[in-house]
Amino acid sequence: MSAPAEALPASAPRLKSGSNLERVLAAGQFAVTAELGPPRSWDAESIRRKITLLKGYCDAANVTDNQTAVVRMSSIATALLMQPEGLEPIIQMTCRDRNRIAMQSDLLGAAAHGIRNLLCLSGDHQSFGDHPGAKNVHDIDSIQMLAMVRAMRDEGKLQSGSEIKGGGPPLYIGAAASPFAHPTSMRPYRLRKKVLAGADFIQTQLVYDVAAFREYMKKVVDLGAAEQTRILAGVGPLKSPGMARHLRDNVPGVTVPDALVKRMEAAARGIDESDKEGRRNAWAAEGQKICVELIQQLREVPGVAGVHIMAIEWEQAVRPIVEAAGLLPRPVVDGA
Amino acid sequence: MSATFEPEVVAFCCRHCAYAAADLAGSARQAYPTAVKVIELPCTGRIDIINLLHAFENGADGVLIAGCLEGKCHYLKGNLHAKQRVRHVQKLMDDIGLEHERARMINISAAMGVQFAQLAGEHVETVRKLGPSPLRPKPRSGEAA
Amino acid sequence: MIVAEQKNLQEIRRMLQGRKKVLALGCGTCVTVCLAGGRQETAALASSLRMASRIDGEPLAVDESIVQRQCEWEYVDSLAQQLEEYDAVLSLGCGVGVQTLAERFPNKRIFPALNTKFMGMPTSHGVWEERCIGCGNCILDKTGGVCPVSRCAKQLFNGPCGGSEDGHCEVSKGTSCAWHNIWQRAEALGMVDALMEITPPKDWSTSRDGGPRRIVRDDLRLPGEDTEGKA
Repeated sequence: MSAPAEALPASAPRLKSGSNLERVLAAGQFAVTAELGPPRSWDAESIRRKITLLKGYCDAANVTDNQTAVVRMSSIATALLMQPEGLEPIIQMTCRDRNRIAMQSDLLGAAAHGIRNLLCLSGDHQSFGDHPGAKNVHDIDSIQMLAMVRAMRDEGKLQSGSEIKGGGPPLYIGAAASPFAHPTSMRPYRLRKKVLAGADFIQTQLVYDVAAFREYMKKVVDLGAAEQTRILAGVGPLKSPGMARHLRDNVPGVTVPDALVKRMEAAARGIDESDKEGRRNAWAAEGQKICVELIQQLREVPGVAGVHIMAIEWEQAVRPIVEAAGLLPRPVVDGA
Repeated sequence: MSATFEPEVVAFCCRHCAYAAADLAGSARQAYPTAVKVIELPCTGRIDIINLLHAFENGADGVLIAGCLEGKCHYLKGNLHAKQRVRHVQKLMDDIGLEHERARMINISAAMGVQFAQLAGEHVETVRKLGPSPLRPKPRSGEAA
Repeated sequence: MIVAEQKNLQEIRRMLQGRKKVLALGCGTCVTVCLAGGRQETAALASSLRMASRIDGEPLAVDESIVQRQCEWEYVDSLAQQLEEYDAVLSLGCGVGVQTLAERFPNKRIFPALNTKFMGMPTSHGVWEERCIGCGNCILDKTGGVCPVSRCAKQLFNGPCGGSEDGHCEVSKGTSCAWHNIWQRAEALGMVDALMEITPPKDWSTSRDGGPRRIVRDDLRLPGEDTEGKA
């Protein structure tokens, strides 16, 4: 069941990559992206299982790059498994593991395989992961990477200045933004810097406090940053009150209002302590409900062009959330 | 272990409190073992790690560091520095293979003659139970340890 | 200064296994100031080694000495005769000192008693923090005197990342976020606009990445002089 294809409006900007995500955003539609975490194995089957949970319920799905510095199947390799199944990937690339030579090389290869969306990230420090003794690369940072990839695409040049034969890869380039990370006063400026460097789209860190996010977006809009990019607000269903508290207390840049923590706690009230499954289901239902409400509220915030749903190890939650938020079917937009 | 083992304990005492207490013990006839050899210092803060190591290297079975009560050091924090150094030496002793109980720090006031005698005696007993230091010069055959 | 700290005793003893007579050699410059390899530390280490080896029944003779700096030929040359009676030298100098000794006395085993850690300063008594990694192209004018190359765990040039929290780095609560500090300095010094500029990728060839480095000062050298480093 899919929507009838629509054509891009005449006023839409020329497409840079032609990716589905780009077309949906260019058409002015509210975009939905999700996340697919690669396995800690070379098991292609596990990826196919995740694809079925996401395909048709998002416009494209991020493929993380050794997230939390834990070795997993590479982002590009996983993306290549997604493409034949019809789920458009957004490859993520961190600065932690690759120098500029490897990055450009991998991107030329990714583009050759038809990958069209890229998210540029600094990357979690390797001390969090399973190889804390590894050399950390950080040859360039995420903003320099944005500028480098934009120059590859728009000028057909490598970072060294030499020409890319046949022109540069058509990539839709994204960056992450963390509205509530410290120092908070400079975060709108950092977003603007990323946009100036070349970010076509932005995915934010998880938002649970819409009022605070609205304040942040106001500054972003005032700086003129929102019009040159497409900002997708990050959302994630809470699985339990414990998760809510953990996000609030331990994850930099994530604030969870007490009201939401209380709602999660209240959700399992009346269910016996011993009925673990019952409690889990009650929490899951409330967590998804909250997520849907957040999406609906975020749609109303000026400057927000879509949502990025991070259902960590819970890809099953994406469909019900997208459906309940009234975002199905996903739009089909013709290429220019 | 020979019954005639008499431990040799070097006691680094600060002039203002511990040495005065040792003196008081003497004049008040509070006996403490002759094994304890008192060395007077202006302050336990004057002690360097090397002083404690050399004491053991030269055959002391035990070392006592006696300073003012914490918070009452006549040089303000000398005894606190000494405490850190004694802890450090105890860690080194673990690495070296010497029982770290052989080194002990105590804090007393000048009026505490009785306590000085008691604590000094206690430490000598601790050391006696541990036996002669493995670093004691080896006796010539026939001599007691 | 160069900041180092002593290896643990067991590791040093393993290195010295089989030796009978060793000279523990301290250094009077950086490692004296950071209390790792000066006269007192050399004496303490030598005493510990002597005691430990005696307790194990295989006494190791360890003598102590010190030179002003182990990283200069003129100070190291003076040791030539003294070293003849030793099986090996246990150097309490930094990595530079150890290598200088090894190069000057190629037939003598030189063992490092210290782990050389970084170029830094004592921020308070007993605490040293890294400040410089010698990247070869100083940008401190642009960052208000805080170095992101040495003090940002991700060596960002357009930081901070999203892991900065309450002024500290995501790696550890004890580590200050360099970019938080740069931002604060910029506000105090009226340099915020400069931070809005995108700093381009660094040329790392001036750093260790370009290979071992060398400086030759023509103003200090006579024409035709050999640069091979012979005293």
